[in-house]
Amino acid sequence: MCTMYCPRPVVDTYNERLDITRAPHIDYAQAIPSSYYIDAKACLRVNYQTCNLCAQTCTAGAIDFTQKPKELELEVGAVVLAPGFGRVDEKVLEKFGYGRFPDVLTSFEFERLTCASGPTEGHIVRISDQKTPKKIAFLQCIGSRDETCGNGYCSSVCCMYAIKEASVAKEHEPDLDISIFFMDVRTMGKGFDDARRRAQEKYGINVIRARVPRVDQVDGKLALTWTTGDGEHHSALFDMVVLSVGLESPKDADIISKVADIELNQYNFCRTSVDAPLVSSRQGVLVAGAFQGPKDIPESVTQASGAAAIASELLADARNTQTITVTYPDEDKALEEEEPRIGVFVCHCGVNIAGVVDVKAVRDYAGTLPGVVLYEDTLYSCSQDALKSIAEKIKENRLNRVVISACSPRTHEPLFQETLRSIGLNPALVEMANIRDQCAWVHAQEPEKATEKAKDLVRMAVAKARLLSPLEQPTVDVTPSALVIGGGAAGMSAALSIADQGYKVTLVEKNRQLGGNLKRLTWTLDGQDAAKVLKDMVKKVKGHKNIEILTNAEVESVSGYVGNFTSTVSQGGKTKMINHGVIVLATGGREYKPKGYAYGDSNRVLTQLELEEKLARGKGFLRNAKNVVMIQCVGSRGDDMTHCSRLCCTQAVKNALKLKEVKPDINIYVFYRDMRTYGFYEDLYREARKAGVKFIRYTPDRKPEVIKQSRGIKVRAFDELIGEDIEIPANLVVLSTGIAPGDNEELSKIIKAPLTSDGFFLEAHAKLRPVEVAVDGVYLCGLAHGPKSLEESVAQAKAAAAKATIPLAKGKVAVAPIVSKVNQDICIGCGICESLCPFSAITLQKVGKRKKAQTITASCKGCGICAAHCPTIAISMGGFTDEAIMAQIHAFSPDGCEEA
Amino acid sequence: MAKSGAILVLGGGVAGVQTALDLSELGYYVYLVEKKASIGGVMAQLDKTFPTNDCAL
Repeated sequence: MCTMYCPRPVVDTYNERLDITRAPHIDYAQAIPSSYYIDAKACLRVNYQTCNLCAQTCTAGAIDFTQKPKELELEVGAVVLAPGFGRVDEKVLEKFGYGRFPDVLTSFEFERLTCASGPTEGHIVRISDQKTPKKIAFLQCIGSRDETCGNGYCSSVCCMYAIKEASVAKEHEPDLDISIFFMDVRTMGKGFDDARRRAQEKYGINVIRARVPRVDQVDGKLALTWTTGDGEHHSALFDMVVLSVGLESPKDADIISKVADIELNQYNFCRTSVDAPLVSSRQGVLVAGAFQGPKDIPESVTQASGAAAIASELLADARNTQTITVTYPDEDKALEEEEPRIGVFVCHCGVNIAGVVDVKAVRDYAGTLPGVVLYEDTLYSCSQDALKSIAEKIKENRLNRVVISACSPRTHEPLFQETLRSIGLNPALVEMANIRDQCAWVHAQEPEKATEKAKDLVRMAVAKARLLSPLEQPTVDVTPSALVIGGGAAGMSAALSIADQGYKVTLVEKNRQLGGNLKRLTWTLDGQDAAKVLKDMVKKVKGHKNIEILTNAEVESVSGYVGNFTSTVSQGGKTKMINHGVIVLATGGREYKPKGYAYGDSNRVLTQLELEEKLARGKGFLRNAKNVVMIQCVGSRGDDMTHCSRLCCTQAVKNALKLKEVKPDINIYVFYRDMRTYGFYEDLYREARKAGVKFIRYTPDRKPEVIKQSRGIKVRAFDELIGEDIEIPANLVVLSTGIAPGDNEELSKIIKAPLTSDGFFLEAHAKLRPVEVAVDGVYLCGLAHGPKSLEESVAQAKAAAAKATIPLAKGKVAVAPIVSKVNQDICIGCGICESLCPFSAITLQKVGKRKKAQTITASCKGCGICAAHCPTIAISMGGFTDEAIMAQIHAFSPDGCEEA
Repeated sequence: MAKSGAILVLGGGVAGVQTALDLSELGYYVYLVEKKASIGGVMAQLDKTFPTNDCAL
């Protein structure tokens, strides 16, 4: 109402200024908190003491103009800074036509155009004439890798989002012709190269390696000119140009720095170091996300958990001193056992449902169904007021079954379950009918049929609800200790964090010494002495009272489930049993051993790590060296390993600079495919170019060759710019060999943690659960997860430690109530269920003389495979009993309802 | 002086929200401070996410 009556239009910033809204508004329907707010800068009442229309029309009386800003003083033990990133200044965008030509958009604006919730409901149209464009160009590195605007760094995310936006656009408009102009394609994240290749193949997106200097307008079209690596000039007209703008430090970084008393780096991001990437210059002030440096969602989420771990280390003594415990009333078992008294609440979801489905008709129909004693409609069932009112109505009418006819149980069921719990009803007594996604959204063009279908779904849900029964909410105690597998940088960091948070850790390392790959590193990427970083870490681990170290040791078996694992570890022929609540996988990776390139045939051919080890011993070996050739992507992005190893570009640049430092007149040639010096590492790349290191691009079909001669070696390669082969006599050839997975297969089987096709452990969700694996209670960090830098390994280890400590700190784990249950009277002990269960959550046990299946409820994920395959139908699933599902299916036909 | 068991998280984007969730699960009280009217940050403006094309909301 307030938005409707407000006379004051304002630009819609949520939609990147592509739409207008009114002074009082909500950014988007699912916004949290889900209340409207007033843009004080635009409001007539606030600025001119006139109008007041919104306050008068608000039926809830929720607008109060007498509110004043309040200043709060909060006492806290730690601060985590996560202010995100700022936008590139529009001045930088002007030379690319932004602001002058309407069809030049930023990538943020284009994202809104691709969004169903955006200003055009997902239609890609030109701003100038509202017509669908035919040819779109994406220009990369706008406001990134560009010293002229002060942003010398790479923003690390634009290559990915450009490919995504282009793919989504092609899904919406398959005839679009899309070209992306890259300098280098930097898809260096886990699985990103594969996704890029799939997008290129599936959608036919043109990849052009060139930097477009400017955008002009010709006859209503946008003219681009560019030069490719072979020196050729090109030009073409496009209907739309999308500027892939980079991420800057937040606009108020200086204020944050002053208020929090922390140091910033040269680009105004928070200053941190490689060995402590989440710690600011001030004790107790931590940082996570893009403010620490431009980064994508999984890394931000990882850093966020990592920062939580560090805060938890600092404040371990004060754990649970200020938290509030929610208590629930006892369940009203008598009411639950009475004849079903069902209440049906049909949600409008604003216009989301009510715009298509006749909500009132569905509500009245629900009233005719057997067992329904209350039927109502609500504007937003999930709003706090509505939940309160639903709870009151359940109590008033002594309801013992509830049907919410609204949206998806995946997102909203917990909310309604919580409502039932709060008034003493078992949470399993609520059933949802998804009339938003399955009716209003998919049948938006056919409102009458959508309404009929909504009635069907409500009838079926009511039929099922009549047969719902309360489920137990079991919890199991947790053994308050962790097993960390792998004693490299990641494993040690994780072990230290869990130990500092107050829990016992057993650290298992298969080698004689702790340290893993860090032992072979000489300098960190920020120039620190790697050996010192390692020494400090080992010293802390060895001296920690909560950490037991087992070296020369390997994990042989793991049994149990989250909270109660038992593992056997073999050490020097002896085996040891360890009880623990959680597992952290930090098994590391290894340097890929190259094939070909005369590696092993000539002592002049080294890997980057071998070069680093040599350099650490002194520069004597360079005495007569004139030419050094480095070759990138040896192993990576190829036939042996398809993944990008993420690090090698930066490592090569780091070592090239080191060579130049100890021997300035040396010539260095780097053959590369895409230089992936992401983030602030771009500075090193630029520095290397300035120091005279020559970078020459090659394509995978014309790889450089290393040729052994009677005296010495030479490298032959195709130079795109001059269009012919060149030969370089090399004193040293350094192969950037990449990171191969460790021997993970065995452990993967023991723990039942799946691997990716590249052989690294697979996380539970690429974006939102980057350090968890599919098995509850098992967490992941370091090279075991995929190639990454020391800095990233440390941050990820902290994140794994945060996640691993959660069950330990809680002391109990709740078991999901939807688990399988075996009726042992009917079970014939055939073992089909045991062999099929993907989670080892069902076992055969001797009961009397016969074997019977038994569910390990703490491991059960409720997938139902066992129940579906049981030949005697002895297994039922909590919340989804055969009777209830059959009743729901019968109710699909209106006549079936009566008999159910 | 006894340490405070409360933590201030500045910023309600995906990083701030994740930090706050983890800290509350670890047994700490969290003040989540966001400049805008709703949390979610830039991620709430995204349609899909790379590389899985999952819905960002």
